[in-house]
Amino acid sequence: MITYLAKRLIMMVPLLLGITLISFVVIRLAPGEPVEAMTAMSPKITAETRQRLREFYGLDKPLHVQYATWLKQVATLDFGRSFAPDNRPVTDKIKERIPVTISLNVIALILEFGLAIPIGIFAATHRDTLYDKGITIFVFLGFAVPTFWLALLLMYFFGVKLGWLPISGLHSLGSETLSPMAWFVDLAKHLILPVSVATFGSLAGLSRYMRSTMLEVIRQDYITTARAKGLTERAVIYRHALRNALLPVITLLGFSLPGLIGGSVIFETIFAIPGMGQLFYQGVMGRDYPLVMGILVIGAFLTLVGNLLADLCYAMADPRIRHGRG
Amino acid sequence: MTARLFCCLAALVTLVSCSGGTPPAELPRRGAGAPAYGDALVVGTIGEPSNLIPLLASDSASHDVAGNVFNGLVKYDKNLELVGDLAESWQVSPDGLTITFRLRKGVKWHDGTEFTSRDALYTYRVTIDPKTPTAYAEDFKQVKSAEAPDRYTFRVTYGKPFAPALASWGAGILPAHLLEGKDITKSPLSRHPVGTGPYRFKEWIAGQKVVLEAFPDYFEGRPYIDRFVYRIIPDTSTMYLELKAGGLDMMGLTPVQYARQTDTPDFLARFNKFRYPASAYTYLGYNLRNPLFADRRVRQAIACAINKDEIVHGVLLGLGQVAHGPFKPGTWPYNPSVRDFGYDPARAKALLAEAGWHAVGPDGILTKDGKPFSFTIFTNQGNDQRLKTAQIIQRRLAKVGIEVKIRVLEWASLLTNFIDKRNFDALIMGWTIPQDPDIFDVWHSSKTGPKELNFIGFKNAEVDRLIEEGRSTFDQEKRRRCYWRIQEILAQEQPYTFLFVPDALPVVNARFRGIEPAPAGIMHNIIRWYVPKEEQVH
Repeated sequence: MITYLAKRLIMMVPLLLGITLISFVVIRLAPGEPVEAMTAMSPKITAETRQRLREFYGLDKPLHVQYATWLKQVATLDFGRSFAPDNRPVTDKIKERIPVTISLNVIALILEFGLAIPIGIFAATHRDTLYDKGITIFVFLGFAVPTFWLALLLMYFFGVKLGWLPISGLHSLGSETLSPMAWFVDLAKHLILPVSVATFGSLAGLSRYMRSTMLEVIRQDYITTARAKGLTERAVIYRHALRNALLPVITLLGFSLPGLIGGSVIFETIFAIPGMGQLFYQGVMGRDYPLVMGILVIGAFLTLVGNLLADLCYAMADPRIRHGRG
Repeated sequence: MTARLFCCLAALVTLVSCSGGTPPAELPRRGAGAPAYGDALVVGTIGEPSNLIPLLASDSASHDVAGNVFNGLVKYDKNLELVGDLAESWQVSPDGLTITFRLRKGVKWHDGTEFTSRDALYTYRVTIDPKTPTAYAEDFKQVKSAEAPDRYTFRVTYGKPFAPALASWGAGILPAHLLEGKDITKSPLSRHPVGTGPYRFKEWIAGQKVVLEAFPDYFEGRPYIDRFVYRIIPDTSTMYLELKAGGLDMMGLTPVQYARQTDTPDFLARFNKFRYPASAYTYLGYNLRNPLFADRRVRQAIACAINKDEIVHGVLLGLGQVAHGPFKPGTWPYNPSVRDFGYDPARAKALLAEAGWHAVGPDGILTKDGKPFSFTIFTNQGNDQRLKTAQIIQRRLAKVGIEVKIRVLEWASLLTNFIDKRNFDALIMGWTIPQDPDIFDVWHSSKTGPKELNFIGFKNAEVDRLIEEGRSTFDQEKRRRCYWRIQEILAQEQPYTFLFVPDALPVVNARFRGIEPAPAGIMHNIIRWYVPKEEQVH
């Protein structure tokens, strides 16, 4: 197991390097430069000023030199300074945004799994009943309805019409003067709509997945054996079938890891939530290379770690994998 | 034409005022109430400010916030006339080369230090410093020498008379005592600014809000409204819902929101709507290097074939006006007697025929020397008004036998691959109209080089001469004559077909009183806005 882990970890280094190289080249293939985004169509800019700005950001150097400089910096875990006019360290900007995105995604993830698993099991055990069909329609609605439309609808209904929930942001004005308990309630109220929308969107896929793995397991011989032994249906499903049906679903959790810090642009924009999705979007639009690269590297690293964790789960469940047999 | 436009606007205003059974909300309907200190003004901003040192930022969100924290030496008043701000008065030497500013005494920075000429001198020096990454150095580079002979006098000398120079001193003056000798790009002031303005910085929560509070020692008096909160809401639909739910006090509406969605008695009771021409125009610009547009008659014909009123009504729902030139209607450089070409398809056809485009092919498209009259209008993605304008133009030009294709491109791609390379037929784009009418960068023939703003390649010796003359004198009457003549030439030459000037459509919660709509908009007297004690909510 240790050799397997070590091998996988060593493999990650060239992979990560490859990803950064490709990202570095690809982002620079997009038309426009950070300096363009800042100065285009401004009558106050002369070619000389533009050149001065390019030198300030080191954009006048050849691409391979820029990459080498960047790589050297990253080796010391320094992602450099943002090209946006605030010129702040990229790490600071990411640090500011990441707690919001992680907390929101963790809550949504818990809700998704917490709801999708029972929905999936129930749909599988009550296959082709009216309930199963109803759930199918419901979850596919979640698939089909555009996030922004659902979000605006809920905001209008609960925020404007009924006035029960805040529409956007994370805190009410003046929330800093509230008691810790009231502050927490205020935050929770702000999270209800975004978390519901986020959860509803991904409920469909996950619950259908749970349903199909459950159905597959139920058809196995050992379930028939268990039933033949005279176990109650409850015991058959929850003690014998569920554990096996859950394995692939739990592996999905591993894959959700990079998603936790990714954030969603549409969703964060609509709810005015200052998360990573928004930051990344701003970075791309402003051609803020250091910021985009910083986020991509963290994302790539987490994807690799997520994959590794998922594989480790498999390996633990199935000895054939860790011994390299298949 | 004017009469027709006026009738259309009048009809629309009547229409707006009739629906919903309430009068148009141009003036507050509640009683005045007694001015009182307190409350907060919560405004929505689409983008997060990037840097609150105005010199280093080029985005409007940063400048909106910094505008309340910093003062310039001069500013534009409510009638868009230059008046003193941190400077009490100024004197231009008879040869037009030297400007001497007399600074106000007793003005305090937000940290209590007194403002002096040292600050103005520092701001000038740091702006022209090659190490400062700023977009605002150009005007200051014209300065030959700057000096601060005493604490309250600041003098600048130019190599030649330069009219836009005066307005350039409206740039935010920075505190020398906090910045001198330090690297401005790494200064904490970019996130915690210290200025002399009516509001001082309180807090900035990244991605959420920026809060300013009233500065009690402000030299024009303490503002009535205690706090100014900028909430960052990147989506306009969300912003509008927040406004309706009471989470925002002020925002700019879209024409649809203004004309169709806010005319309920409930909304009009809670908000005051304002409307005035924005400082911007939208145009159809031709690539004059393209032989298709080389003949002036062809450009005039296209202008005749376009129904600008239709665009104003279709795209802006009437909330705007037809543009005839590059200046803002109602301001001194705008020549009200200049009208370019009214909608006249018959004249368009005649002009095209004169230019040699007669033969009509089987598809109804005009041809000349066997080539059909077909071109592409480029515009940027994400601007629905421009796309709709292009579609209306496409339909109108088809009626006179011109085929138009439309290409919508992402901003950076349009700029780099097409505009910079001069690889386009025609464009629908817009310019903001600066307060000073100097149009050198967009219209002078020396500005047709790569990445420069005269990208259509307009060259006219008379316009060049007038632009140079206009910027080299401080005499407004002389300048007016130059710009009026320029407008006449542009209206005839049609290097652009000027399309429309949209209206700014701000809406403010009705609890705010003291708002005085003026040519400069509504924000000019922000420190005199107030909420009567009994209506304060924050």
